[in-house]
Amino acid sequence: MKPIVVFKRIIFAAALVPAAALLSDAYRGNLTANPIEYITHTTGDWAIRFLIITLAVTPIRRITGWNPIIQLRRMLGLFSFFYATLHFLTWFVLDWFFDFRQMAKDVAMRPFITLGMATFLMLLALAMTSTKASIRRLGRKWTQLHRLIYVAAVTALFHFWLARKTVVPQFQVVLVAAILLLGFRAWWTLRTRTHPRASAAQRATRST
Amino acid sequence: MVIRRAPDLRFSDITPKSLYLRRREFLQTAAGAAIGAAAVAVASPFAATVAAQQQQQQQRPGTGHGTKLANVKKSPLSTAGEKVTSWDDITSYNNFYEFGPYKEDPKEYAWRLKPRPWTITVEGYAAKKGTFGFDEFIQPYPLEERVYRMRCVEAWSMVIPWVGIPLKDIIATYQPTSQAKYVEFVTAFNPAQMPGQSTRMLPWPYVEGLRMDEAMNPLAILAVGLYEETLPNQDGAPIRLVVPWKYGFKGVKSIAKIRFVDYQPKNTWQVMTPNEYGFYANVNPNVDHPRWSQASERRIGEFFRRKTLPFNGYADQVASLYAGMDPKKLY
Repeated sequence: MKPIVVFKRIIFAAALVPAAALLSDAYRGNLTANPIEYITHTTGDWAIRFLIITLAVTPIRRITGWNPIIQLRRMLGLFSFFYATLHFLTWFVLDWFFDFRQMAKDVAMRPFITLGMATFLMLLALAMTSTKASIRRLGRKWTQLHRLIYVAAVTALFHFWLARKTVVPQFQVVLVAAILLLGFRAWWTLRTRTHPRASAAQRATRST
Repeated sequence: MVIRRAPDLRFSDITPKSLYLRRREFLQTAAGAAIGAAAVAVASPFAATVAAQQQQQQQRPGTGHGTKLANVKKSPLSTAGEKVTSWDDITSYNNFYEFGPYKEDPKEYAWRLKPRPWTITVEGYAAKKGTFGFDEFIQPYPLEERVYRMRCVEAWSMVIPWVGIPLKDIIATYQPTSQAKYVEFVTAFNPAQMPGQSTRMLPWPYVEGLRMDEAMNPLAILAVGLYEETLPNQDGAPIRLVVPWKYGFKGVKSIAKIRFVDYQPKNTWQVMTPNEYGFYANVNPNVDHPRWSQASERRIGEFFRRKTLPFNGYADQVASLYAGMDPKKLY
């Protein structure tokens, strides 16, 4: 087995640990006095963490030159979608219990819910077009479409920020990580534009 | 998508032969270790929980059950017909930013607080002023049990059997003058005991206030206990404000100063975000928080949301205080 395949399996198993921990907490009745809020926060935290981790793949690849790491990107993105789906379902089923009228009102009137819903729909579109067939069918459009991840990262951060009364430390961590990762991309793009030689080298390694 | 070939390998990219030969062995170990670590991460909480909880009780004094309070009389002002929230839930889930921003933080970190010895300073427009020891401060009054609904501005609620003293009786002792229009309450400031105060999360110390007529309402109490025991640190030991018709953040905890003033106190959350939190903060299902609805709430221990009541269900006792005021300004 290639190292990347083994690595991928390890990451796959590790990425399921938060979900398993949540199940074990539920089983032990350890979900705090407000279980619905706890599940909402935990799944939301992991959705945004995996989104950030997904954004880290390309910079890591460019810095280390270890190209096979790109094979982790789709899986990590799908884990972000997985936790975002749990997060959405918690809101949909546990929090509002199919109260469509209230949910529609919330989506329309509460910017943080609007942003959360927009983020989820973007991740849904990305997840649905993440198959090899989609990549082939969409061609160049696929690359353009999947730049939505940057928009989703920004809306997800705003959603997180607005959902809490104060700026919590966990938000600061993902914010700094997102700034660094998006900043790296901006710097990289700028560098390849102003340095044609670097650009040539970059083109050779680039597949996004 | 076109997958282009990587540029030529550099010499440094070549894996040393010894490592290459040990690769399979390394991968097996790594995979085994990862699976093992994952298993431990999932399984260890099971084994550790019971022991940890017992240890926690011993190592974190002040956050468990308090001392039994004697001679607590029942009050006709208690809310009847509500299922009281469990002691565990009341003491493990609340906001007390002096110990951190998450609702598990107060229970976790409040052991640092030393609620004795404790002094309370009374200042401002009053005939009697000074600094009093806690026991001296509460000694003149009989303790009453007051079961009240508690509605947090975050749209969750509890029913709490407080033990306390009517605020109006305490105010009477200090004889505020006619210049006193408001009462200002200030939480103790001691970053060594309240680690959150070393951060800039909120402007410290925490300040709250009431208009004099609100403070004199029979429902307002200073609580010193719950479930007929002294207050655990995380719930605001040794003494805190309870005003059941207002959002929970009005209930300033671990009070060190009480001032009779002629200005409307700048309460902490209003200073922090003035368009979201006002001075009055009366529970009102019709005035939403700018970011979320206040029409319903989740009662801790219940699955379905329930409708939020105007003035948290205490309209009969308090609505007259706000006659003629624009409810939009009561947030």
